[in-house]
Amino acid sequence: MYYTYTITGLVLIISFIINKQKTLKAVKIAVVKFKKIFPTFITMLIFVSIILFLFPDEVISNYLGNSSKFISVLLASFFGSITLMPGFVAFPLSGILLTKGVPYMVLSAFTTTLMMVGIITFPLEKEYFGVKVTVIRNIISFFIALIVAVITGILFGEIF
Amino acid sequence: MKKNVKIRIAYISTYVLFLVVSLILGYNPGKEITFNFISFLIYMLKILPCAFILIGLFEVWVKKEVIEKHLGEESGIRGYAWVILLAGTIAGGLLVAFPIAYSLYNKGAKLSIVFTYIGAAAICRIPMTLYEASFMGVKFTAIRLLVSLPLVIITSILLGNYLTKRNYKMAEGK
Repeated sequence: MYYTYTITGLVLIISFIINKQKTLKAVKIAVVKFKKIFPTFITMLIFVSIILFLFPDEVISNYLGNSSKFISVLLASFFGSITLMPGFVAFPLSGILLTKGVPYMVLSAFTTTLMMVGIITFPLEKEYFGVKVTVIRNIISFFIALIVAVITGILFGEIF
Repeated sequence: MKKNVKIRIAYISTYVLFLVVSLILGYNPGKEITFNFISFLIYMLKILPCAFILIGLFEVWVKKEVIEKHLGEESGIRGYAWVILLAGTIAGGLLVAFPIAYSLYNKGAKLSIVFTYIGAAAICRIPMTLYEASFMGVKFTAIRLLVSLPLVIITSILLGNYLTKRNYKMAEGK
């Protein structure tokens, strides 16, 4: 976190030294844009808080560890699509699942959908891209994740 | 007042009311939901203000011609390389990728590049990739990147071309 603030701060200071007016305008643009999209972020947070309550880490781990490989891949891509988890939570969790014997292909389906498919971020994405394109992009991403999972499974010798 | 705004106020107040009542009565699911809400709010506040300030600076400093030339209709393969590099170095994942993609689009980046940016921001941020490899192993991460990145580029080109033909425009004034 600190490094993002440090870098942003530095860039802002340099920009201010070079051109005061432009920098103030940039800050104004930032505030206006942020204000416009903030209600959508709140909507998203409400979704996140409820979804994470319904599907906490333990539930997800349980499902991924206790079904057949192929059902697990499907479940994993389902969980990955509906939840939102920062990488610093998702990868340690996947690391633990790996040591518990969950196949690579299942974790690949989980992490890839987690990163690429965003049912929770739908309200946000739709604000910029519209409903149709958001739906198309998410469906495409879902299939990309499945392909990645299958190839991961083949290369780790989990399928054949 | 617009209908959407009314609906929004209605569900936000229902939500807040539910949380307040849960906290007073000590209802556990309500407490957990409050905790989730606050922890994600903090997570977003760590990255969003920076992201929007950088977007503001991008809008005032970067000339439209520069983006048009490097990421626009005439940009070719290099445009994809640039945008993947850009996505790889920016933290924050999809949340931040959407507003950035929107600014790129408004500065003249073509749609296939915009979609590649979003895909790449999701899957190949450099700090996250290193972190991933440390938990999952280099082989796992390498397979994921090498398979997903080309697919992201190909599908972005297809989707971009399809939408350009249909005169698709992104939302205005966001």
